[in-house]
Amino acid sequence: MFDLDRWQEIYHVLSKNKLRTFLTAFGVFWGIFMLVIMMGSGDGLKNGISQNFGDMATNSVFIWAQQTSVPYKGFTRGRRFDYENSDVRALDEAIPEIKYLAPRTNVGGFNGASNVIRGLKSGSFQIFGDYPVFDSIDPVNLLQGRFINELDLKEKRKIVVIGLRVKELLFEKDENPVNQYIQINGVYFKVVGLFKSKRTGEAASFDNQRIHMPFTTCQKTYNMGDAIGFFNITSKDGIQVAIVEEKAIKVLKKRHAISPTDDAAIGHFNLEVEYKKMVGLFLGIRILVWIVGIGTLLAGVIGVSNIMLVVVKERTKEIGIQRALGATPRIVISQIITESVVLTTFSGYFGLTLGVGLLELINYLLDKSGANTEMFLHPGINFNVAITSLAILVVAGAFAGMVPARKAVSVKPIDALRYE
Amino acid sequence: MVDISNIHKTYITGNNKLHVLKGIDLKVDAGEMISVMGASGSGKSTLLNILGILDNHDHGEYILNGVRIENLNERKAAMLRNKFLGFVFQSFNLVSFKNAMENVALPLYYQNVKRKKRNAIAMEFLDRMGLKDWAHHLPNELSGGQKQRVAIARALIAKPKVILADEPTGALDSVTSQEVMDILTDINKNENITMLIVTHEHDIAKRTQKTIRITDGMITEIIKN
Ligand SMILES: Nc1ncnc2c1ncn2[C@@H]1O[C@H](COP(=O)(O)OP(=O)(O)OP(=O)(O)O)[C@@H](O)[C@H]1O
Ligand SMILES: [Mg+2]
Repeated sequence: MFDLDRWQEIYHVLSKNKLRTFLTAFGVFWGIFMLVIMMGSGDGLKNGISQNFGDMATNSVFIWAQQTSVPYKGFTRGRRFDYENSDVRALDEAIPEIKYLAPRTNVGGFNGASNVIRGLKSGSFQIFGDYPVFDSIDPVNLLQGRFINELDLKEKRKIVVIGLRVKELLFEKDENPVNQYIQINGVYFKVVGLFKSKRTGEAASFDNQRIHMPFTTCQKTYNMGDAIGFFNITSKDGIQVAIVEEKAIKVLKKRHAISPTDDAAIGHFNLEVEYKKMVGLFLGIRILVWIVGIGTLLAGVIGVSNIMLVVVKERTKEIGIQRALGATPRIVISQIITESVVLTTFSGYFGLTLGVGLLELINYLLDKSGANTEMFLHPGINFNVAITSLAILVVAGAFAGMVPARKAVSVKPIDALRYE
Repeated sequence: MVDISNIHKTYITGNNKLHVLKGIDLKVDAGEMISVMGASGSGKSTLLNILGILDNHDHGEYILNGVRIENLNERKAAMLRNKFLGFVFQSFNLVSFKNAMENVALPLYYQNVKRKKRNAIAMEFLDRMGLKDWAHHLPNELSGGQKQRVAIARALIAKPKVILADEPTGALDSVTSQEVMDILTDINKNENITMLIVTHEHDIAKRTQKTIRITDGMITEIIKN
């Protein structure tokens, strides 16, 4: 129920010393404002970095061949070698922890001379030979057609799935690329699918310039024998990919006569480890933000409590009069707590609104300027966090008013009335 | 209406003990109007505050309108004050940010009477005090006599059994003092409200039915006027 007298009193109390009220409110305002800005920026940083991952399975490892660095079994150091098709089966059999195993080959050309031609148009793109399972490791948004399937692989079909950028450069704007042919390093392939990266920013434009063909087609067409460029392996859910990584390297060393002590022969990159480092970093940032933010907010709330103490002291006589006329402790206490909550919530609300507004503005400016948002994307705080912090404010305001309110009713009415 | 016997009160400040009331016995019947006189520091205000449940006594018995006043919690005390007692102070004690009408209506606010209704009642009481035109003025826009009349209206609005007035004319000139006393005696006669008035002035005391003299914490004389 709206109680005009109560609000009249709140207005009286808060407007009596406007500068003091403003400064107190500013403490809370600043606390929540900082919390919002810091949290938003933290999220922006996280979004920025995370966009490089897309939907890629983070529990994956890449393994490729380099040069041996240790003489072993009669071979000298500096030997080059290739993985072979038989390694796929060997790995699969030796390591039960593997979920997806995707051997891949690539036909260089990215940033090099034009390697893909269609009519008068041409471009240079990155070309991969892939297993269908690759789509489960690093998924893309299929816009048209289909991805590579088992039959393609078996029959070594001359088909390709192309990225959006490839289509843009080789086809007319409203042309459907599916069932059209493109020429890659002199060989014609039929386009069966068109995809778009799930990443954003620079990572996405990199993805969109890829062309995928069946792994077997790639080996055969470009005379690679049964050489494999690299493996992309993921571990089963709940199993660290590092275990798979270690076992796979062991198996591969044995199969290719590489010394167990040779750390340079096999190149490998564990995405999970990198990802965890990053997640840890963001967790750290988040904890720091909360500590600093809550600290600042707490300082503001303590300021409110302090001012309420002063207000209660100033109003001792007034409160004494009210009590003489029949105001119960409950009425007095709830009045003071309401004042405190109103002060805290209003200033906090402004801080929240302004903070969110500023984040939105940054967002807008970033979008509009088209700046390279490699590291920073969509700063913002989620709705729940905003609501939670408002709830925290109300509770904090109530706590801030508690001590002063208790103090107001702890004196005898006569002592309050006599107070000068 | 008011029945106290052997009331003692000692103030303790630091190491000093000040025995202010040393066994007060007093019976006030319903509808009586009594004045309390005595030298400064004799304990008049102390007695009135105890009667007003604004302060507590150390020893003795206090029965107000049949209710024994002892070890009350603040909530109960506040409700008893609201229901049974009206206060008139020397320094008026109006709430500065509320206008005359809102000040008068305050006791009804604590009874949860709706704002519209309590303001209407307050207007009636202000009208009786001849202050209808001043209803929307803040206390600092009123003269001393006007303020005290607002305070009296406020003391009356909840229809109390007893009005306790501690030097109600202490801050007023003699003409205004007599006007205030006119109002108080009127109320006493017409509404049959019991009244205790502390005063230093014989003119004022004479207008009550009985005068009680307190000397050094004890009742030493009761004069019928
Ligand atoms: N809260 C208190 N703490 C300590 N001493 C007090 C307190 N209130 C009153 N006294 C002392 O008790 C004595 C009686 O005070 P009281 O106010 O009852 O006197 P009074 O008769 O009303 O005097 P006056 O005519 O000046 O108003 C005084 O000596 C006063 O100093
Ligand atoms: Mg006195």
